[in-house]
Amino acid sequence: MKELFVNFDKCLGCLSCEIACRVEHSLTKNIFTSIFESKPPRKRVFVQFYQNKNIPLQCRNCDDSPCIKVCPTGAMHKDERNVTICDEEKCIGCFMCVLACPFGVISADRKKVIKCDRCPDRETPACVEACPTKALTFEEVKEFSAEKRELAASKVI
Amino acid sequence: MSKELSFDRAANQMIELAHKKNYEIVWDRLKEQQPQCGFGQLGVCCRNCVMGPCRIDPYGEGPQKGVCGAEADTIVARNLVRMIAAGAAAHSDHGRRPAMLLKEVAEGKNTHYEIKDEGKLKEVAKRLGIDVKDKDKFQIAKEVADVALNDYGKQDSKPIRFLEGYAAKKLKEKWLKIEESLYQNTGKIFGVLPRNIDREIVDIMHRTHIGVDNHPLSIIMQGIRASLGDGWGGSLIATECQDILFGTPKVHAVYANLGVLKKDRVNLVIHGHEPVLSEQIVAAAQDPELIEYAKSKGAKGINIAGMCCTGNEILMRHNVPVAGNELHQELAVITGAVEAMVVDVQCIFPALANLSKCFHTKFISTSDQALFPGAMHVQFEEDNAEEVARRIVKIAIDNFENRDESKVNIPEENKEALVGFSVEQILSALGGNVTPLVEAIKQGKIKGVVGIVGCNNPKVKQDYYHVNLAKELIKRDILVIGTGCWAIALAKAGLLSVDAAKEAGEGLKSVCEALNIPPFLHMGSCVDCSRILVLAAGLADYLDVDISDLPLFGSAPEWMTEKAVSIGTYFVASGVPVHLWPVPPVLGGKEVVKILTQTAKEVFGGFFVIEENIQKTVDIMENHILEKRKSLGI
Repeated sequence: MKELFVNFDKCLGCLSCEIACRVEHSLTKNIFTSIFESKPPRKRVFVQFYQNKNIPLQCRNCDDSPCIKVCPTGAMHKDERNVTICDEEKCIGCFMCVLACPFGVISADRKKVIKCDRCPDRETPACVEACPTKALTFEEVKEFSAEKRELAASKVI
Repeated sequence: MSKELSFDRAANQMIELAHKKNYEIVWDRLKEQQPQCGFGQLGVCCRNCVMGPCRIDPYGEGPQKGVCGAEADTIVARNLVRMIAAGAAAHSDHGRRPAMLLKEVAEGKNTHYEIKDEGKLKEVAKRLGIDVKDKDKFQIAKEVADVALNDYGKQDSKPIRFLEGYAAKKLKEKWLKIEESLYQNTGKIFGVLPRNIDREIVDIMHRTHIGVDNHPLSIIMQGIRASLGDGWGGSLIATECQDILFGTPKVHAVYANLGVLKKDRVNLVIHGHEPVLSEQIVAAAQDPELIEYAKSKGAKGINIAGMCCTGNEILMRHNVPVAGNELHQELAVITGAVEAMVVDVQCIFPALANLSKCFHTKFISTSDQALFPGAMHVQFEEDNAEEVARRIVKIAIDNFENRDESKVNIPEENKEALVGFSVEQILSALGGNVTPLVEAIKQGKIKGVVGIVGCNNPKVKQDYYHVNLAKELIKRDILVIGTGCWAIALAKAGLLSVDAAKEAGEGLKSVCEALNIPPFLHMGSCVDCSRILVLAAGLADYLDVDISDLPLFGSAPEWMTEKAVSIGTYFVASGVPVHLWPVPPVLGGKEVVKILTQTAKEVFGGFFVIEENIQKTVDIMENHILEKRKSLGI
């Protein structure tokens, strides 16, 4: 199963991922019309600026997710792709999930939860496609780790 | 819409070849860039100082101000008028050369060029209020050139003389009223009439510096002023001086599309914008000595083909074919049959350098202002024009033997096109003055006139909008005129013919058949958009109305360049509404959008319209035209 990975060194802080996330989750899915929608689309990925470095943060799609564990209504659940998503209808806005998430990547739209849904309508999440430096990737753990090992090996030499 | 990238069959053929052989072309690079930056697309990225770069969150959650405090409208407005500055600079710099050249020819300092059209020279002089009695052509030419050059450099605050001499009477009165009323309402001086072509561009650069002009209306007004210094200034000077030096275009037929490249000849493609160069190349290629030389190398002769606006300049005045418009530049090289692609300035893809290396093609730059990494540079100077032109043609001839026959793929596409519709020729076709045109408009045979101009843009299917917008308009008895890459698109589509009128509405059809003109009139290159202004001014003055009262509309339906922003702005400011597609980078500034679409309409009569759908666009244009007809009482 593919996961969302980050090469922190490559992040330029351009925020293209944030914009792409909003556009993907807008009604019209078009940058020019999305800014005029009555409910402005919200982002579900974040570029944190910490000690002069750009740190993209997003839902890690934890197994045995803390957010699912604390959800009183079962709104937070795993879908058929094994991605943690929130069912808006069942969500009561208690925000226990917000308390539970260790990464701070769950947000709220008034009294409903908004979180990364790994773009169910796309093969590759919008943020990954938008990243101009390929700091964000969508691949299997073994592919990502193999690349990392390659880099580590080159540093040993 | 099909998956094909172009409406032009020859282009699709070459694109398929390019993909098969792995030649990188503009469409590939556009794909790589997707998705393009949202902040940029909305115009809310500011890089004007190093407290930044700053961006405004268009969704309202992130920062709403740059570090200096500039809000979205300020940033969008500054970016927009810097685009106008660049576009006006390109056109006006282009105009500077023929103006200087006219002076040098007049003073006997340059014998490589001559005054070809003395009649035009006298007409221009009269417009500028220069007395032509008892003066020879050199004396008149010197005075005209001096007025032109002075319009680039004078430091007083009076409007430039070309604008004074050419703009419609009621239009100039309106501009003065706008200046007065803005001052009354705001207490700040707002200038609309350009004082000096170069200065208005400098003024933009100053104003958009950090911490100068921050009010979107004030910023945009200066953009308008600079654009008027282009349309009624730099571009107009280019057109008029070029007509004087190279001849006012007359109606004739040329061939268009890649099929004009010939297997058995030395092919030289001239690309870019300035006829001071292309005219010399055309002349050099007719030299019997060089033709013999070509024959000695095994070619049947030398074949010059134009590309983009310099192609338009030479096709308007000579029987030189045009190989294509903007998105054809790489495709021409990929035919494998081009010995040399010679370029000067504007719209030239630097990618041509690497692409040429895949073939025997020599990519030759000539301008001191335009060097391309990987290109061969042969410096062109007006003082040495004939020799440099001959040298360039000889380089092409010498390269003929290096052609790899196995790589030659010239599409057959090659259509005949009726071109050369300068204002003078249009009036001539009408019988000598605007009366027949006005009568046709009054009787409703021609409902109105739409000018389509501008570039290609790989973001839209090449030529699709150019051709289909035009075809839909003539069905509604609307005459279509235009310039630039639009005109070349129609030439390639075989629509620049009297026959094309068969698809027009009954009224327009009857006029075209009576006058023996196409329903689509090719008026020249991008600086020749000034011809459209001159025609509009002629109609307005004839009817004693303002240009904004006339049933006119403009469109740049595949625009790409900053020059297009300047052109669109000067038409809007002159009272002609302008349709644009794709979306310009302004939607992030709601106040800016209001100024461009609503305030402009109230104040100038002209306004911008952004619309993707062709039918909707034509409906908007027709409604406006009918509204204007009603107001005129026709």
